[in-house]
Amino acid sequence: MTAAPLLEVRDLRVRYGAIEALRGVSLEVPAGQVVALIGANGAGKSTTLRAVSRMIPLAAGAVALAGEDVTRLASHQLVARGMAHAPEGRGIFLNLTVRENLELGAYLRTDRDGIAADAAESDALFPILAERRDQVAGTLSGGEQQMLAVARALMSRPRLLLLDEPSLGLAPQVVEKIFSVLRQVNERGVALLLVEQNAHKALQLAHRAYVLETGQIVMSGTGRELLQSPEVRKAYLGE
Amino acid sequence: MSDALVELLQHLVNGLSVGTIYALIALGYTMVYGVLKLINFAHGDVYMVGAYAGFYLADLLTPGGRAAGDGAAGAMLRALVVTAGAMAICGLLGYLIERLAYRPLRGQARITSLITAIGVSFLLEYGFQLQPWGFMPIPFPPGPSPRFFPELVRRADWSLGGVSISNYDVIGLAVALALMLGLQFVVFRTRFGTAMRAVSFDPQVAGLMGIPVNRIISWTFVLGSALAAAAAILNAVPRPQINPLFGLMPGLKAFVAAVLGGIGSVPGAMVGGLVLGLAEEFVAAYTLSSLKDAIAFTVLILVLLFRPEGLFGRVTVEKV
Ligand SMILES: Nc1ncnc2c1ncn2[C@@H]1O[C@H](COP(=O)(O)OP(=O)(O)O)[C@@H](O)[C@H]1O
Ligand SMILES: [Mg+2]
Repeated sequence: MTAAPLLEVRDLRVRYGAIEALRGVSLEVPAGQVVALIGANGAGKSTTLRAVSRMIPLAAGAVALAGEDVTRLASHQLVARGMAHAPEGRGIFLNLTVRENLELGAYLRTDRDGIAADAAESDALFPILAERRDQVAGTLSGGEQQMLAVARALMSRPRLLLLDEPSLGLAPQVVEKIFSVLRQVNERGVALLLVEQNAHKALQLAHRAYVLETGQIVMSGTGRELLQSPEVRKAYLGE
Repeated sequence: MSDALVELLQHLVNGLSVGTIYALIALGYTMVYGVLKLINFAHGDVYMVGAYAGFYLADLLTPGGRAAGDGAAGAMLRALVVTAGAMAICGLLGYLIERLAYRPLRGQARITSLITAIGVSFLLEYGFQLQPWGFMPIPFPPGPSPRFFPELVRRADWSLGGVSISNYDVIGLAVALALMLGLQFVVFRTRFGTAMRAVSFDPQVAGLMGIPVNRIISWTFVLGSALAAAAAILNAVPRPQINPLFGLMPGLKAFVAAVLGGIGSVPGAMVGGLVLGLAEEFVAAYTLSSLKDAIAFTVLILVLLFRPEGLFGRVTVEKV
């Protein structure tokens, strides 16, 4: 018997009023792996992540985390079970300081020493955030906010991290920085479900990938397979 | 001191004493607006319930008024118990209002909650005007006629260089300031406060941090309603007539104070309340006293016209 995947999504359906944004999405994220979700604008990538982390209600479908059915849980209960989500638009609390944002990432944790250790690690990963600790997050640049979004999500010590376009609108060297951090994070055993416009970078990092089109999975395979697939190259890699 | 100065200081004392009441009520409006973007129009009526809760509690503690041989310490203790009890009762009421009236409608159009808030307000105002129910151990509901709020602490008047000031003014200011400082601490220095500010900025993302958003919202109602109860007691002791519509005017004015300060802003509500209380007192004193109630609404119109975000309103910063 093989162990259940860390995240298992079955036949997920989501509606926005009359629009059916997800029409039966199924996917799996094995423990410790990077899974990329690519697709055109409006395909339903963000909706998938939002539905998994229960930012929005599901019309149908099931979500299991490490074999446990979590379909009926609320966002904060999923965090308690090891899921973190750096949402589309970064979701930084612009009215709070960098420090407060990071503290909220660790909201459910009570291990002071562990939190301090993770904060120190986050400072090492993102020295620029350490410099800005007591600044209101609204004063950060876009790249700094994105780093904060990743740093904050890591403060919950997740087993699974959902990332929604972490490279969107960032300068190339910041994108490099973010991806190098994501690689390190994954090397420490955190599984990633990564939504990216930058399909090339995402597929290079990913063990597995899914292609989403108008609310449905139309293709899946290893990162390498999709990188080499002519359809993917044409539609998402701009060739 | 010159007469003019004495008069000025007198108005300052009066204005502050009313202003702190507005500020305490305004905090409830602003906190609830912060987390739910809802104007809780029933808040003024929660304040009214606070006064009645104090009224009944005082009556239960010392039936028929002041107990014989009631010393100053005993009176203080009773005042404390009455205030804390009224705060607890209103906290529970606030919790129930959110849980039963607003939460089921969350996610619906904003207007639905707004109308529900007005409905809850009417329910309290007219419910309290019913004649007492036979099965109640206390004469509740109180009915429409005004009641006299008991003198929890014996009034003492002093004259400081011609400015008359009572122990009620002193206690009222001290308690109100202590509550406001306490709230300021809770909101800006505790884990709960940080969570509350996060929910106010973005409840969905707050959930992603592991914050139990519904629980934070409940506690926000509890806190705001308890502060309204404290305000009601502080106001009802020196101005002892209470009736079921007694929350209407202070509720409206505190709402104006919250808008003036910048709705959603905790320091804003405090400053807005004080400014409004002082403005009313000074305008009434130095122009026409009949203008007093018009001040608040003039302020509201001016704020909405020229600075809709209020004094402390959040300037939205968004970056790509
Ligand atoms: N809040 C919303 N209300 C209505 N429609 C929405 C909302 N969010 C997304 N949609 C629609 O759902 C579809 C999927 O959107 P989304 O998940 O954001 O796509 P992606 O992240 O792949 O670009 C799109 O057609 C979009 O217009
Ligand atoms: Mg998207």
